[in-house]
Amino acid sequence: MIRRSAEPLLWMVFSAGGVVAALVLPMLLFLFGVAFPLGWLTTPSAAHLAAVIGHPLTRLALVVVCTVSLFHAAHRFRYTLYDGLQIKHLNEIIALLCYGSAVVGSVASAYLLATF
Amino acid sequence: MAHIAEHYTEYHPRWLRPHISTYWWLRKRSYFAFILREISSLFVAWSVVYVLLIVYAVGRGPTVYQELLEWSRQPWVIVVNVISLLLVGFHAVTWFNLAPQALVVRLGHTHVPGAVISASNYAAWVVVSAIVAWIIVGG
Repeated sequence: MIRRSAEPLLWMVFSAGGVVAALVLPMLLFLFGVAFPLGWLTTPSAAHLAAVIGHPLTRLALVVVCTVSLFHAAHRFRYTLYDGLQIKHLNEIIALLCYGSAVVGSVASAYLLATF
Repeated sequence: MAHIAEHYTEYHPRWLRPHISTYWWLRKRSYFAFILREISSLFVAWSVVYVLLIVYAVGRGPTVYQELLEWSRQPWVIVVNVISLLLVGFHAVTWFNLAPQALVVRLGHTHVPGAVISASNYAAWVVVSAIVAWIIVGG
């Protein structure tokens, strides 16, 4: 299913996604997942966020962040299943499910942000 | 010329590889940290889904956005997000600490020390986080 020649590219995207996820996601999660719901900070209005997301650069950045982070997660989770559960014999189906989910998520994010 | 016949026996030879338990990662702290770091991938994926939910709600207008905010205030959602934040943070820290091993930077004939590479990654983290917070909260 996954040709050997695809591996270097997958590792490259894994690295890029690792950096991007580490730099961007903790603050986004802290704000929207913890600080706003608990009332530590004033929740931004829908109009303000719409203006922020409406900017083409934000949308481009978000698509990149979502895509590379999802491929990073898919690649790492694939190896977690290999090493953690020792199920290397299910190689092809695991790879298909992991990268398949990443593709679906990436396409969804691109569609969502292109039509925002 | 000697002929070596191949004999097949009914019994499978014993593997030299020792059997490893499925729960090998519970045996040592360092193994557990390793698997915790690997599991962070699931929470990275959740973070992306959560961000996309916000984008979707904002796109649908103030009413849907308010509904999402209400939903995000439920205790179980906050618990999931706190756990996610811890694991995504763990991913970030382990990633930045490993950066010197993955990235060898040379300036002229001298190697840039690993500590400098790690420190610059942490600095970038602070800068990016500040920009994100400024755009969302203060901008």
